[in-house]
Amino acid sequence: MLEIRDLRASAGDKEILKGINLTVNPGEVHAVMGPNGSGKSTLAQVLAGHPAYEVTSGSVLYEGRDLLDLEPEERAQAGVFLAFQYPVEIPGVTNAYFLRAAYNEIRKARGEEEIDSMDFVDLLEEKLKVVDWGPEIMSRAVNSGFSGGEKKRNEILQLAVLEPRLAILDETDSGLDIDALRIVAAGVNTLRSQDRSFIVVTHYQRLLNYIVPDFVHVLSNGRIAMSGGRDLALELEARGYEWVDAAATAASGAGA
Amino acid sequence: MSTQVETLVNQEYKHGWVTDIEADVAPKGLSEDIIRLISAKKREPEWLLDWRLKAYRGWLKMIEPHSWPNIKYTPVDYQSISYYAAPRTKNPLGSLEEADPKLLETYEKLGIPLSEQKVLAGVAVDAIFDSVSVGTTYKAKLAEQGIIFCSFGEAVQEHPELVRKYLGSVVPLSDNFFAALNAAVFSDGSFVYVPKGVRCPMELSTYFRINTAETGQFERTLIIADEGAYVSYLEGCTAPKRDENQLHAAVVELVALEGATIKYSTVQNWYAGDGEGKGGIYNFVTKRGKCAGARSKISWTQVETGSAITWKYPSVILQGDDSVGEFYSVAVVNGHQQADTGTKMIHTGKNTRSTIVSKGISAGQGQNSYRGQVKVLPKATGARNYTQCDSMLIGNRCGAHTFPYIDVQNASSSTEHEASTSKIGEDQIFYLKQRGLNTENAISMIVNGFCKEVFQELPMEFAVEAQKLLGISLEGSVG
Repeated sequence: MLEIRDLRASAGDKEILKGINLTVNPGEVHAVMGPNGSGKSTLAQVLAGHPAYEVTSGSVLYEGRDLLDLEPEERAQAGVFLAFQYPVEIPGVTNAYFLRAAYNEIRKARGEEEIDSMDFVDLLEEKLKVVDWGPEIMSRAVNSGFSGGEKKRNEILQLAVLEPRLAILDETDSGLDIDALRIVAAGVNTLRSQDRSFIVVTHYQRLLNYIVPDFVHVLSNGRIAMSGGRDLALELEARGYEWVDAAATAASGAGA
Repeated sequence: MSTQVETLVNQEYKHGWVTDIEADVAPKGLSEDIIRLISAKKREPEWLLDWRLKAYRGWLKMIEPHSWPNIKYTPVDYQSISYYAAPRTKNPLGSLEEADPKLLETYEKLGIPLSEQKVLAGVAVDAIFDSVSVGTTYKAKLAEQGIIFCSFGEAVQEHPELVRKYLGSVVPLSDNFFAALNAAVFSDGSFVYVPKGVRCPMELSTYFRINTAETGQFERTLIIADEGAYVSYLEGCTAPKRDENQLHAAVVELVALEGATIKYSTVQNWYAGDGEGKGGIYNFVTKRGKCAGARSKISWTQVETGSAITWKYPSVILQGDDSVGEFYSVAVVNGHQQADTGTKMIHTGKNTRSTIVSKGISAGQGQNSYRGQVKVLPKATGARNYTQCDSMLIGNRCGAHTFPYIDVQNASSSTEHEASTSKIGEDQIFYLKQRGLNTENAISMIVNGFCKEVFQELPMEFAVEAQKLLGISLEGSVG
């Protein structure tokens, strides 16, 4: 599904990703953790193609294609979805209009016919259940005046509608109260399937109590410093990120 | 802004071609003789010639406004342009059945079919080509209800009493520099009269086309809605691409009597000049409506995407008690375009209400200014105004400016002013791209969302047109 090899990326003159290696197979859920500034959000943005980052070396293969060669919209059309840490407001454009436009772009790219608004309403009715929402939300402008929790729920709704093959959740838990966290996590869990993979970027282990990962990776200074099963997240919670940083420094010192 | 966005190709101005037709053009320059010539060509009565001459003499003493508007350009050389141009055709103008096929083709190509079989359903059109009207559709059908819809020239011949009564009653001949110039040399335009209690059954519209080089277009439009009448009117405009600037100085006067409603919409797409700022139309226009009677209503909606320079302030004088004035505007500048546009709401009657919604979009190196005045006079007890003024910037080299003037002389009135400036950010575009939309569609979605409150005021058919136009005007703008 996804093969990241020695990925390096920088913003301006600053190198942020310093050689990431990661393989994600269909149906797997990988948690990417790490302290602030370790590069975990940058990894999410680079995979989605954010123009603020420049990939300086390495490769990313997605379903056999060179992902880095694709425009952001082509990646989306190919089934890569990023749930944003800070979802953007689009005033004056209704959620329904926006979601149908996105849905149709993805259908067109797959050579499928566009869906009309009546059929889309039926589809939405199903998808809204994933995040436990009523239809009112669809006539509001995209994320405009939404609370932090509503914005994150809206990301998961989009995920449900667009049905990506690879979903990257960038700190979806940040700024959520416990109730909103439960709804969002439950939404993600219903969307887990054998051929859909997730990369869950998070600072805290809390989210992983709800979305249980198959693998946990810990980033430190632009590299994956440790990988393990879900227990690694619990150990991390107990020992703190300093433990990882120290281990990483020792490892790189040993290699030098 | 990222380079991938920057490389979007600028779409050519679609209406920049010229109709090859022989024209009867007045000698260049402005003098009393030229005014007499125009008046004679139009077989005008003595009083109208006198009115023109009076305006001209006043204009000679006036100065072109350069200090207060936020626009920069070389002063116009008024002696180097021609003030009258009419296509030379075998058949008399004004009759669509006998019109020169070249003229009909021109409008067909612009998407405004005038021939009987193809006319737009539900929309009556007056087609103005340079200084004259080519013809008016649905005229007879409208006449059945007593509605007069014809060229201004024809109205002078057929309904002189109405023209004489209302001409200059809203925009006096000495109102401002460009209005005085227009009063002196105006050629054609549209005239509308809707009688008492009649609801005009279709949209009325005028399509202005400048064709001949080195000419100015000075049309004059007069719309009168008698007591309890309703009319919705739309104007559209285009011109060929030329290296030199062309002057368009129009005057529009609206009169709404007791209980009448006039809805006036503009989709302005004059040639804007090239990428270096060469050429384009100077659009210096005076538009004003008078809510003369109680409970009358005048609503202006404008979508201004063209012209090198736009200078216009569609205004409403709220004279009748409980009358309503509205101004909904989208103004777009790209390339080197400059716009100084807004409105004036003059409250003189009791419980008068006005609403101003202005959306300015600046891209490229364009400069966009909103200039609006809300004036509440001492007798306007209970007057209310709401103003919302939003600016959107696309890129780093453009500008948005806001000049609100609020003058309140009655303590029982209330005025509200809200303003915002936003920037289409890379993050907004990236968000939409991440959901599968390409850059063009992403920008179009963001901008259309921004303009929604104005577009929903436009008649259905034209709202779609306006959205498309906005997309074209902004293509290649993000840099």
